[in-house]
Amino acid sequence: MTTLQHLPADRRRGRRWLTHLALIAGTLVMVYPLLWMVGGSFKSEQDIFSQLNPFPSSLDPRNYIAGWTATDPTFTRFYINSLLIAVLAVAGNVIACTLTAYAFARLEFRGKKVFFGIMLGSIMLPAHALLIPQYVLFFHLGWVNTYLPLVVPKFLATDAFFIFLMVQFIRTIPRTLDEAAMIDGCGKVRIFSRIILPLTGPVLITTMIFTFIWTYNDFFAQLIYLSYPSSETVPVALRRFVDATGDSSYGQLLAMSVLSLMPTFIVFLLAQRRIVEGIATTGLKG
Amino acid sequence: MSMRTEISAPAGREPTADGPPGGTPAAPPRPRKRSDRVAYLFLGPWFVGLLLLTAGPLLGSLYLSFTKFNLLQPPAWNGFGNYVKMFTDDPRYLQSLKVTFIYVALTVPLQLGFALAVAVMLNRPLRGMAWYRSIYYIPSLLGGSVAIAVIWGQLFDDDGVLNAFLAFFGVGGRSWISNPDTALYTLVLLNIWQFGSPMVIFLAGLKQIPQELYDAASVDGANPWRRFWSVTVPLLTPIIFFNVVLQIIQAFQAFTPAYVVSGGSGGPSDSTLFYTLYLYQQGFTNLNMGYASAMAWVLLLIIATFTLINFGLARRWVYYEDR
Repeated sequence: MTTLQHLPADRRRGRRWLTHLALIAGTLVMVYPLLWMVGGSFKSEQDIFSQLNPFPSSLDPRNYIAGWTATDPTFTRFYINSLLIAVLAVAGNVIACTLTAYAFARLEFRGKKVFFGIMLGSIMLPAHALLIPQYVLFFHLGWVNTYLPLVVPKFLATDAFFIFLMVQFIRTIPRTLDEAAMIDGCGKVRIFSRIILPLTGPVLITTMIFTFIWTYNDFFAQLIYLSYPSSETVPVALRRFVDATGDSSYGQLLAMSVLSLMPTFIVFLLAQRRIVEGIATTGLKG
Repeated sequence: MSMRTEISAPAGREPTADGPPGGTPAAPPRPRKRSDRVAYLFLGPWFVGLLLLTAGPLLGSLYLSFTKFNLLQPPAWNGFGNYVKMFTDDPRYLQSLKVTFIYVALTVPLQLGFALAVAVMLNRPLRGMAWYRSIYYIPSLLGGSVAIAVIWGQLFDDDGVLNAFLAFFGVGGRSWISNPDTALYTLVLLNIWQFGSPMVIFLAGLKQIPQELYDAASVDGANPWRRFWSVTVPLLTPIIFFNVVLQIIQAFQAFTPAYVVSGGSGGPSDSTLFYTLYLYQQGFTNLNMGYASAMAWVLLLIIATFTLINFGLARRWVYYEDR
């Protein structure tokens, strides 16, 4: 409702200030829990709860050092596990979803409409309806407590949402490019690798960003499949840290919580525009 | 790659002199076998995934839902036993349904309401919009994580920040997260706090609404409130619809915050026993995997029903310009 220009200058300014005031008040509510967490991670035990002021009196890193090494194995192991899973999942989604999307967007084959409908339908399917048979399958394959149940499905294009996203995107690439390449003697595979793939850059990056964040944060699957301490990921280890430390070391818990959010936060800082646009145009949840 | 042979295939089937006589249009070429094969090659991974990880498990969980199954022994047929037990002989199941429905009924409208209100404010030409947008969005990005659930538990704990804040105003605190009357509402608040991603979607929709419509409405004497209800809301209904469908589906599947805040128990007194949390307990703590499968199928039916109702109602209130 950008009608401010119709108002006299002083009323316009007044309204603008009111909006800013409301937005700043909202900002404080939004960031207070995060500030409290970061501030608390530098405070001593008794200060964390006795102070409303989120800012610490000094930047004492003791909680970070103690928290990182409080578990066996240390958080180094959990980060390696988490990042490995996330990177492999990104690779899987990029490879498998692009292949599938190209076929749906550009190739003709029998049963295309039916398969496309099934693919769209699978987006809405709650994961819980597949959970137990998948678990039984992975259990019998001996994959429980390995990363395979978290990674292999990505290489089989099970994240249908990204297929759909890519199909939509590939459809906007002019078909004349394909036809020109075909005249120049390119087959389907070369059209895919030389024409389509390079032009799908933006949607590939969106897929990579969201696959990374979602996989890194996917507590439910990691909780179910990873139960040996050495195979645990950051979210699972953090959750166990809550039990292990009890009431004694909130400072360390806060410090590890802050660190556990860092990978997501760094991705956000690097790709802020792309993330916001990705959500706006596709309805992905952050 | 040796896909070059592909190119010669269509050429080989060019209409020849002995094509259909009498000038009748040639029948459309039959689907090309080899082209099918290339497509199926591209679709290979997806087909395997569909069979082994989607369609197979979907049918598998339907079958298991009629059995008693503890993973170690073969499933034992139990007919409708699991379903009957759920609704007649399992108060915790009914409690999990109740908790989840309250959660969905509260978070979806409140979260979307905030998202829309803030999006409208952020759609004004003000300085610092990009900043506000990022800050309001960050909780959405981080909110599903274990760390945030941990923090949330601390904020609403007996000696947490909320009580310290209330004490500052001389109001006596209470234990929010360990009180069965209030624990669920702290999780509702957590989800509302994450209104950033529907907000960004609303914002994108708002930018599509042509300024002329607002100008015309102003000329006709519509005040801002009237313009909001007569211009913004009708033109935004497709986006509102999209957000409603998405948020309902997601809210029914909420898990992490309840699990972390209650230490996996759904407590206090099962007040945060979300549907998926109880499903997890039945399937993976008690190894009642048949029962958990039946629960999963009921959840599937609930979500499908809500989605269908949404699409059915959409015809009455969602406005598409090109109709």
